[in-house]
Amino acid sequence: MSARRAELLAADSDGPALDVTLPGRRPPLGSLHPITLTRRMMERTFRDMGFDVVEGPDVELEEYNFDRLRIPAGHPARDMWDTIWVSDDGSGDPRQLLRTHTSPMQIRYLERRQPPIRVIVPGTCYRYEATDATHEWMLTQIEGLVIDEDLSFAHLKGTLEAFVRRVFGADIETRFRCDYFPFVEPGAELGVRWQGDWLEVLGCGMVHPEIIADAGLDPDRYTGFAFGMGVERVAMLRYGVRDIRHFYRNDIRFLREFDQFRGTA
Amino acid sequence: MDVPLKWLAQYVDWDLSVEELAHRLSMAGAEVESIKRSGGNWDQVVIGRVAAVEQHPNADRLRLATVDYGADEPLQVVCGAPNLAEGQTIAFAQVGAQLIDPNTRELRKLRKGKIRGVTSLGMVCSERELGLSDEHEGILELSTDAALGTPLADVLGDVVLDVKPTPNRPDHFSILGIAREVAALTGGSVREPSSSYQESETPAEHRTSVTIEDAEGCPRYTAIVIEGVTVRPSPQWMQDALTSAGMRPINNIVDVTNYVMLEWGQPLHAFDHEILREGRIVVRRARTGEHLELLDGSELKLEPDDLVIADAERAVALAGIMGGAESEISDSTTTILLETANFQEASIRRSRARHTEGGTEASRRFEKSLNPDLAELAARRAAALIIETAGGNALAGIVDTYPGKTHSPQVVVTQRRIEQILSVQPSVEDVRGILAALGISNRWLPPDRYAVSCPPWRSDIAVADDVVEEIGRILGYDNLPSAPLPGAVPDPDMDPERVLGERIRDVLTSLGLREIITYVTVGEEELASTTGSSDSVRLRNPMNAARDRMRTSLRPMGLRTFALNQRESRGGLGLYEVGKTFGSNPGRQPTEERMALVLVGGESLASVHGEPGRSLDFYDAKGVLEQLGAGLGVEFGLSAEVKDPVLVRGQSATVSVRGKQVGVLGKVSQSVAAEFEVQGDAFALELSIAKLAPLMREDVSVSSPSVYPSAVEDLALIVDSETPAGDLAAAIAGNGLVESVELFDIYTGDQIPAGSKSLAFRVFYRSPDRTLTDRDAEKARRGIVRRLESQFGAILRDS
Repeated sequence: MSARRAELLAADSDGPALDVTLPGRRPPLGSLHPITLTRRMMERTFRDMGFDVVEGPDVELEEYNFDRLRIPAGHPARDMWDTIWVSDDGSGDPRQLLRTHTSPMQIRYLERRQPPIRVIVPGTCYRYEATDATHEWMLTQIEGLVIDEDLSFAHLKGTLEAFVRRVFGADIETRFRCDYFPFVEPGAELGVRWQGDWLEVLGCGMVHPEIIADAGLDPDRYTGFAFGMGVERVAMLRYGVRDIRHFYRNDIRFLREFDQFRGTA
Repeated sequence: MDVPLKWLAQYVDWDLSVEELAHRLSMAGAEVESIKRSGGNWDQVVIGRVAAVEQHPNADRLRLATVDYGADEPLQVVCGAPNLAEGQTIAFAQVGAQLIDPNTRELRKLRKGKIRGVTSLGMVCSERELGLSDEHEGILELSTDAALGTPLADVLGDVVLDVKPTPNRPDHFSILGIAREVAALTGGSVREPSSSYQESETPAEHRTSVTIEDAEGCPRYTAIVIEGVTVRPSPQWMQDALTSAGMRPINNIVDVTNYVMLEWGQPLHAFDHEILREGRIVVRRARTGEHLELLDGSELKLEPDDLVIADAERAVALAGIMGGAESEISDSTTTILLETANFQEASIRRSRARHTEGGTEASRRFEKSLNPDLAELAARRAAALIIETAGGNALAGIVDTYPGKTHSPQVVVTQRRIEQILSVQPSVEDVRGILAALGISNRWLPPDRYAVSCPPWRSDIAVADDVVEEIGRILGYDNLPSAPLPGAVPDPDMDPERVLGERIRDVLTSLGLREIITYVTVGEEELASTTGSSDSVRLRNPMNAARDRMRTSLRPMGLRTFALNQRESRGGLGLYEVGKTFGSNPGRQPTEERMALVLVGGESLASVHGEPGRSLDFYDAKGVLEQLGAGLGVEFGLSAEVKDPVLVRGQSATVSVRGKQVGVLGKVSQSVAAEFEVQGDAFALELSIAKLAPLMREDVSVSSPSVYPSAVEDLALIVDSETPAGDLAAAIAGNGLVESVELFDIYTGDQIPAGSKSLAFRVFYRSPDRTLTDRDAEKARRGIVRRLESQFGAILRDS
């Protein structure tokens, strides 16, 4: 045995020494788009808390995007969303638009499910809005809806604080301030202290009792909360992206930057 | 909304730092976007008086001002302001003061200097230099009794909170509204301003009448007539207040209307009563072709949709937006008609968008939907202030036309609801104290109920939970408890297409491809050239007029993105997108189909160490499909029968699963590549996830690897050159003992007859339950060869 071994050892050292500094032959590295990466990371934190994930249509009826969310035509709150409309085909059919938020799925989900409800809705939304470093006309939102017996603002806080801790780290400071969305009451905005500044991360609130009643539920018995947030915004904070327009330009040099975050979603 | 703290302090007291005050307001919903301090930088700026003015010896446009600023010796400065005059009280900046450079808008330290040969020992300041406003036409002239030399900050310094109201809170567009927030947040109370005045005995109806022709557009119109007013500058305190809130003083009548608007949030307008034909008011839609000149000098051509205030004959104001020039208050005005009205927000919004850029202070407030009950409160306050500052007699009563009056219902909220929603137990006294400080009148109805009325300055207290929010936000959301979600986790609502889309992303990523996400809008022509049809959902107001269609295919943006990145990537490029396409569906919502598109091209590997790369080709794209199939547990079948506007015939195939087509695969045609500026060959794989999802098998299971050894054998076969290799392989694999088959060589040439080819397969035989003997393999081989001979005319080639 030892002779054979010596022979093999000698053979090992026979070959020429390699220049180990030459580049390797690299198998190609694939990647998820940074918005997919971030969306999945956010979805996972909610799945961990027992949330279902569903999607809804991008081209919505005005009724679902606005009216049934208590934003009738002429309502001052319609100014909060600049809308891209589908051309009227002249048939007098209900007006269609590119959804300005994922909130219409609150109504659609309530049409087919009974409490307990615990769901998030990721999806693309559209705003008729000039683009700049912090504004993009196409954006990705994650909507959330939770309805059960006797849920309170405490559960809203507990759930969203847990989400923010998982996304931004256990030591993140949070705050809730009063804000207004027509389909919640009370309404709030969650901010985090990120690199010294307070930044808004999401809008939220207790589901408006009229929305619960419209779904055929007793609002004295069933309560809940809803929330909505931008995936791009979270991605920009988490990964330090300074210009939102990078995301849908798909420059491979930008996409490659996210190779370092592989496996974090 | 600018909220000057000196003004705010007239109505409410607080014992908090400015920062803490701003923070608490923001947290409670009145977001303070910025804190502006006027006077913060005015260390060396004092009250001065222009003692003398003389011409600059060397410059026509410059003059020399001798400024007395309370020191023993006056100083001489060079000044270019056209409005400089002897005797003016002015803001005098001494050498060393920090002033805003009117050009760069940055702070700059004032130095002693020589201007055209004359030494200047300070500066007489404009509003812009002091940071008070943008005004830089001339110097700021002060009217103050303060002694010369008094720091300017003591006279004009203030802190202004810039509050951004939410759409439901028009009262946050008023100083009083903010005062009520402060009172509630600090446990204080609001000092209501005085609205009492003497009325004469003549009823106002004797001098005017109001007709509302469009009650929907104008739910309420109140008019007060005041005779014998003297138009002159308003008192200094009012001018200072308006200036601090960012408005320019004009005269006492106009200033009062603006002052009350800022105080209460209700816009008002004063007409010169003498100018109104027949002295009366008609609220109506504009007539076709009607014109109106506004206060700002703009000449409007009115639309029949515009709501106007008219007299007996013609429009005199654009309702809720701006008054007309002709009926404007002038120095000779003696009788005024004071309008305090309510207009429908949608109507105001339409006219505002049509005729103004960005609206006016008045339209901004009306667009937030004001409560019509507010009009009377503001009207009486304004009348009292007009009589205080301009004299005159108010005729008796208010001419009040209120077609939109509704009995605002009481809102009943229970203590149980407050506790249910907020998870806290505030005492009855706490709840009532918060509501009272906000000016929300309420009664406690034991054992559990509060009866609450929405106050005139708000319109957002309609249901019990609106009251719950008031309690919650004043207590502070951050002071409310937090708890994890209780109860059962609901069953998920599985969406197979969504799940499959995610699996496809994972497999394609593992194959070294990069995901892209592109815009959903495309141009009509690029849709036609990549799909053969431009039938698609069209947008009325697309972001880019050239891309006004919802994509029916991922191809246009995919090819565009591929071309963009070819410039930046050496070697091979492989991209994919998983996304929705939209099919027009007249009369209904479009069909939304989830698709996947893969594009590959270029060289397989960048040249390393001088070794040559290899160009990616059809079989690389097919390899992606095969590995995707492996990763999804799907066997994709290919058929060369394909007609596709993008793919090259003869180098492309349809992709199917169990006979159902789910996509296409092939080489992108040169003409399409050229259209999208794609360099070299590119290969596309397109799959419909919607079509594939129902074909996915649910009854999948894994088989255990056999513990018995395999037998390997090579088979070389000569067949007609047109015979697909895949068909032979499938026939070989059809034998029960064949575990797998691999094509390892293809030969055409001299050794075999023309028009034929030689295919060499390596065949692996294995049984799951025993070791195969040579006889077993020999038997299987004979069976295979017989089948290939009869089915394909294959000839076994001697090896």
